[in-house]
Amino acid sequence: MFEQWNGFVPGEWQNEINVRDFIQKNYTPYEGDEAFLAPPTSRTIQLNQKVAALLAEEHARGGVYDIDTETVSSLLTFKPGYVDRENEIIVGLQTDVPLKRAVNPFGGINMTRKACKAYGYQLSDKVEKEFTFRTTHNDGVFRVYNEDIRAARHSGIITGLPDAYGRGRIIGDYRRVALYGMDYLIERKKQDKTAIAANDVLGGEIQMLAELYQQIHFMELLKDMAKEYGFDISKPARDSKEAVQWLYFAYLGAIKEQNGAAMSLGRTMTFLDIYFERDLKNGIYTESQIQEFVDDFVMKLRLARHLRTPEYNELFAGDPMWITEAIGGMGEDGRTLVTKSSFRILHTLYNLNPSSEPNLTVLWSKSLPAAFRRYAAKVSCDTDSIQYENDDLMRPKFGDDYAIACCVSAMRIGKDMQFFGARANLVKLLLLSLNGGRDEKSGIQVAPAGRRFEGDYLDYDTVCELMDEYRPWLAKTYVKAMNMIHYMHDRYAYEKLQMALHDTDVHRFMAFGIAGLSVLADSLSAIKHAKVRVIRDDTGLITDFETVGEFPKYGNDDDRVDLIAVTQVEKFFDALKAIPTYRNAEHTLSILTITSNVVYGKKTGSTPDGRKAGEPFAPGANPMHGRDASGALASLNSVAKLSYDVCKDGISNTFCIIPSALGTDDENRYANLCAIIDGYFGQGAQHINVNVFNREMLIDAAAHPEKYPNLTIRVSGYAVNFHRLSKEQQQEVIARTFHGGM
Amino acid sequence: MAECDRLETCCGSEACANVHSFQSLGAVDGPGLRYIIFLQGCPYHCPYCHNPDTRVDMGGTVYTVTALADRLERYRPYFSSDGGVTLSGGEPLMQGEFVEAFFRECHARGIHTCLDTAAVEPDDLVCRILADTDCVLCDIKSHDPAVCREVFGVSLESTLRFLAACDAAGCDIVIRHVVVPGMTTKETVRRIVEMTCGFSHLKKIELLPFRKLCVEKYQKLGWSFPFADVEECSQELLNTRKQDLQEVLSDHRLVLSM
Repeated sequence: MFEQWNGFVPGEWQNEINVRDFIQKNYTPYEGDEAFLAPPTSRTIQLNQKVAALLAEEHARGGVYDIDTETVSSLLTFKPGYVDRENEIIVGLQTDVPLKRAVNPFGGINMTRKACKAYGYQLSDKVEKEFTFRTTHNDGVFRVYNEDIRAARHSGIITGLPDAYGRGRIIGDYRRVALYGMDYLIERKKQDKTAIAANDVLGGEIQMLAELYQQIHFMELLKDMAKEYGFDISKPARDSKEAVQWLYFAYLGAIKEQNGAAMSLGRTMTFLDIYFERDLKNGIYTESQIQEFVDDFVMKLRLARHLRTPEYNELFAGDPMWITEAIGGMGEDGRTLVTKSSFRILHTLYNLNPSSEPNLTVLWSKSLPAAFRRYAAKVSCDTDSIQYENDDLMRPKFGDDYAIACCVSAMRIGKDMQFFGARANLVKLLLLSLNGGRDEKSGIQVAPAGRRFEGDYLDYDTVCELMDEYRPWLAKTYVKAMNMIHYMHDRYAYEKLQMALHDTDVHRFMAFGIAGLSVLADSLSAIKHAKVRVIRDDTGLITDFETVGEFPKYGNDDDRVDLIAVTQVEKFFDALKAIPTYRNAEHTLSILTITSNVVYGKKTGSTPDGRKAGEPFAPGANPMHGRDASGALASLNSVAKLSYDVCKDGISNTFCIIPSALGTDDENRYANLCAIIDGYFGQGAQHINVNVFNREMLIDAAAHPEKYPNLTIRVSGYAVNFHRLSKEQQQEVIARTFHGGM
Repeated sequence: MAECDRLETCCGSEACANVHSFQSLGAVDGPGLRYIIFLQGCPYHCPYCHNPDTRVDMGGTVYTVTALADRLERYRPYFSSDGGVTLSGGEPLMQGEFVEAFFRECHARGIHTCLDTAAVEPDDLVCRILADTDCVLCDIKSHDPAVCREVFGVSLESTLRFLAACDAAGCDIVIRHVVVPGMTTKETVRRIVEMTCGFSHLKKIELLPFRKLCVEKYQKLGWSFPFADVEECSQELLNTRKQDLQEVLSDHRLVLSM
């Protein structure tokens, strides 16, 4: 029993690491409205101006403020850094200077080298030398990849694999540090290690022991890191400010240690709210001070950076970190998990201006308090900066203490981790199946040579049979690649600190993905319902199609095509499940392509739906732009048919609307937006990005970025600053369906 | 307008509609979220018409009442407490027998009904339709009967009798007027209020800006756009007319609830 816990309702959480129990016993649901919120203090405004100036300078320098090419990022390799030491409340930066990026070559030194070079730097000899004697994750993977995997990867049928960079998507339970303090957490891990060592240690257990050793080591380093900033985090946080600081230090340690593809924050606000409520009740802090803590914390998150190559940013669009915070939702006992702090974090979008990070994600339920629903809808209309995910759908599977990894992947915090797996391009699978295993662009034999389509006009049954023949090859190649990648990542770039903030006996997912679903569905629909003639080049390779006649298109709530999409997803998942995974991870699947739909489209030849070679796919599970004939809800109904039971790693959908089409006045717009989300989620859909903006505004913003410095838009699972998109991506976003009505 | 102008299409014993198109997300045509069915055919010739392609009697797709009602079921999850279906067009009352049967079916299924119309002379059929109509969005093209007749082909007298019938049937009434520079004056707004403020079910008067987004549709049809030379309604003009409306409404001590 720690004195820092005085005033908290006791429970199981005091005898074991159990943050959920602490929350359930102690939190205060809030059913009221936003009237209590405090405006930014003059200190906050001034500090935020400094942050804004730094961000503007970063933009002016071509997207990277500075790189320290001499120093490898870790918990203690940089001296403490500050934005404005006297005026900061929550402290801690990744390096000694705000926005300066460190190198982190553990995922792969090539990526680091290239990234330095792209921004006019050169990786120092010192770091090069250090890594001459080190195996990176990337080295490890390429030592074991076979020809099949290399060919599949090269052709782009499997793409974006985390084999040259940090896999990310792991959410440490950063709350544990605030609630228990490091010493207690270290002690528990030591006990786990002792218990495992007492068994007959075999391969898997030895691996666990080695990992626990690393975890404990890095937990000690985290204490030292905090000490350099003048804080002793060996004991629990004693008040609101310390709770935010402790939690942030834990997150900071994680992003110093790992350059992961997505580094979610978790679900922290209802946890922190317990400290806030205690201090407000005891008169220790005022509402204004509490809001300052939240504002300051969020400013720090907005300064978080990783060093990545421009190609990587093209794939993932806009240099994102995916600092995803899950907000609200309902508890298993029927009480809402919305607290005043759910409002406070959304309020940062007003106090500090809209921003793409942190990635604020509202866990939506039909039972959420009306005032919170309205406020979230208002924030969407005002800032475009939040996304919604269906808590009523996820809670039965994940309980009420899950968070979102990256954009749409639910994880029980501290209990689940995942092996991230990018995605397979199923449109290329279709084309490869027609071509006897050859790539439709290069003509190279990617899959083992087999039967190919012989006739002139595609018939649906034959095409489906051919896909059935090649799908197992793709699934096997994909799972094998993933097994190799994650074996090597565990070995050479293990997330020591993040895994230290998980239960030792962790549940693992292996998260596969699909790209190009709408193009695949429409192509198969064209083959089934219209006449598609193949066009071959002189080597016999099918490189184009001539499609005559009408065919139903995905996005119109038409089962004739929507069920094709549903079936193809299920078939692919079944094929994946047939192949065993590393560490017996549970197979999951996502339909989430972020803005990489542009890149995937580039790598894919012409398709029977009329899409020409190189043209972008639709993002995520979205229907192709311009193909929905009866408006946005029909489009949502199509996507809602995809099964979350099959795609437990998430199904993302982006929804754009102009304000004047959403309602006649503000209150009307908020109510309508709530009704749209209710209607979509009521059918078992999982995720929706909401963008409320004018097409004209985007066109103007593309031409005059200076006029819209904070223009945030939402794409497939996360928000991004519009100006961080490439010109090509900007055009693609503008071209994408705007559901404007008649 | 004479009754014999109405279009009817039949599919066996069930009433049918000739449908131009659908909009599954209607957020500004009636309360809440609405599934909008645009019917084909219109007897009027409003020079600013936004859907000229619904005016030709030909084209469109024929659907039965049941087929359309079943389609609506797919959107019920979005209707919340106040949403539902809106029949628009074209002029939906050109297909009155369908509207009657369809709205009756909607009510049997518990779906809120809304009619977007420029009104016709109320006869028995119209009265039967209104019995199953929850809300009417009714255009008043101008306060001047001569302008209504000559420019739009609409009888203002019929419109007012239609509105009286709506009021008697207990339908919520929303008056809509398109603000056209040079045509819509403060006097227009004042007279529209005076003509309608006696209706006990009047909920709202909406002023909509004249826009030219429809030009392409005219080009596709090979028609000239009659208002090609009229300037669009600016936000300033719209705001001015809205202020005028507020003024007149408060002169009449009228507080509208919707």
